Amino acid sequence: MAESKLLSVRNLSMRFGGLLAVDQVNMEVRPREVVSIIGPNGAGKTTVFNCISGFYRPTSGEVLFEGRPMHRLPGFKIARAGMVRTFQNVRLFKEMTVIENLLVAQHMQAERNLLKGLLLTAGYRRRESELMDRAAHWLERVGLVDFANREAGNLAYGQQRRLEIARCMVTRPRLLMLDEPAAGLNPNETRDLDRMIVQLKEEEGITVLLIEHDMSLVMGISDRIYVVNQGKPLAEGSPEEVRRNPEVIKAYLGEE
Amino acid sequence: MSSQLVHAGFSALLTLLLGASVLGVELRSEGVTTIVAVEGALTWLWLGGAVVVVFLHQLFRPKIEAMRRQTWTGSRFSLPPLLKNHAQRRLILALVIGALLLFPFMAERSAVDLATLTLIYVMLGLGLNVVVGLAGLLDLGYVGFYAVGAYTYALLNSYLGFSFWEALPLAGGMTALFGYLLGFPVLRLRGDYLAIVTLGFGEIIRILLNNWTDLTGGPNGISRIPKPTLFNLEFSRRADEGNVAFHEFFGIPYDPSYKVMYLYILALLLSLVTVYVIYRLMRMPIGRAWEALREDDIACRSLGLNPTGIKLSAFTIGASFAGFAGSFFAARQGFISPESFTFIESAIVLAIVVLGGMGSQLGVILAAIAMTLLPEIAREFNEYRMLLFGLIMVMMMVWRPQGLLPLKRPQMELKRG
Repeated sequence: MAESKLLSVRNLSMRFGGLLAVDQVNMEVRPREVVSIIGPNGAGKTTVFNCISGFYRPTSGEVLFEGRPMHRLPGFKIARAGMVRTFQNVRLFKEMTVIENLLVAQHMQAERNLLKGLLLTAGYRRRESELMDRAAHWLERVGLVDFANREAGNLAYGQQRRLEIARCMVTRPRLLMLDEPAAGLNPNETRDLDRMIVQLKEEEGITVLLIEHDMSLVMGISDRIYVVNQGKPLAEGSPEEVRRNPEVIKAYLGEE
Repeated sequence: MSSQLVHAGFSALLTLLLGASVLGVELRSEGVTTIVAVEGALTWLWLGGAVVVVFLHQLFRPKIEAMRRQTWTGSRFSLPPLLKNHAQRRLILALVIGALLLFPFMAERSAVDLATLTLIYVMLGLGLNVVVGLAGLLDLGYVGFYAVGAYTYALLNSYLGFSFWEALPLAGGMTALFGYLLGFPVLRLRGDYLAIVTLGFGEIIRILLNNWTDLTGGPNGISRIPKPTLFNLEFSRRADEGNVAFHEFFGIPYDPSYKVMYLYILALLLSLVTVYVIYRLMRMPIGRAWEALREDDIACRSLGLNPTGIKLSAFTIGASFAGFAGSFFAARQGFISPESFTFIESAIVLAIVVLGGMGSQLGVILAAIAMTLLPEIAREFNEYRMLLFGLIMVMMMVWRPQGLLPLKRPQMELKRG
């Protein structure tokens, strides 16, 4: 049974002073699934994300990733374990070039021995060229090869979004967490994003946890959806089930 | 065109008259005839050259300006990429290093001495550039590390008799340790708060050195610090017991300028090593991580980079270069006291980094040269010197906030397949 769960969140709560931002959220993600978290603005979706990815330390509850507890670890260790996230407002290394962004992301795979790097040993060169190859591969996948030497901050918004996903992917994650990846994208770009997520799942065997407001995107690609409202879990199920759930309709449209 | 000719001719005449009087051309009467007398054989040549240059410049000025206006595109200041070609770049680099190595044999002693001082600031600037320019950690107490380096050599020498070469790596290691120790309390701090704590650190070091009289000699400092030797050959007139002096070994007459030249070449070598090591570091995973940390530490964490380790490494490595520079400084001066390590030194080194363009090595080198040469050149202005200096800084920040030569991102070539 433990095999079938990649991520499980149990009774997760997060309190900021008097505000209970996340209240007893439970969640399970199985390998190669696309799972979405939806909910009205301020429902606590991003807080859940921050707790899972280690940017907040949850007040109570636990987060297990591949059966290992994550909720006491700092963010960078969680990322090393294979859970990598993007941000609602893109967080690129703006003054660095596109390719450098992808090289930084592979820091853990890089040869970090100072002496080897200073002496340019054969091993160091080989490792660096592997990183370059991997970066190039992902640049091609997201269609940014021609911008490789451009500063990341100078890219168009949609390109920045794609670069952020590529930057996550070069770290070889098992769980990709996307926080509103379609925000600010035009319909064409959203369709491309949709296709990319499906491709990632099918070709790379990646599992995706998604926060999104764009309902057509969410309904189209999600295997399961969790609905959160005012920090509390409201509903869960397949897109069809969630769409019909009267509680969900009430939360989104208000009481009749 | 004719009006231009008249204008140019007038300018040339003016140059001739002004130049002649400045260069000491005199009208002397010998008997009944008046002759034009000049000191120095080449004076006429210089004067003639100046007149021709002014004449031609005034004549063609409108054309030159028109041409310039056409070629100027984009930013008024941006320099075109100087050298695209790799081999060409290597050649230029070799030529520059060669010229720098030959410089002490041609220049005056005072110029070589000034150049040595400049090189110390180059080292300091490059070291601080790691912390401030690359990792984005504003450090106002960098002089503390410089002092640690200098005192490490001075104390090791006066108590344990270490030579410069034995103490140099130890000084680097000692400052690296201090950098590491400073790193810990400031890990959680950013921006202004970090600046204040590092400022305090620099002051603590200075005050400690000033008051720990038993060990450091307090405000009296430490004197009689020996100069570096060349494979144990000393550069003094008479070598210490058991040692041989440089001029005796080679059987040449003693000349105090050998010592100055040797110090210069040593400083040059240390600076070149610094430039190379930091150049490599910038292109290594650790250098990329420093810059990533400067750009966005939250994104760093989300990608599995440990900000603590990266910050500490920046402080440690940046500090160690100040240690090398410091122990060289102690060896060159022969005397150090806490007075050499006041806050103003930190400020100057920081100004070098900012003026040069954060992160850019060539910029930092140019700025270090400017910052040490300008006060020397402007010595005639006496008390207005610092005013002038401040004015230049303000103008720089208004017109070119990104520094003299902002960091150019390394461009990488991707294999396509």
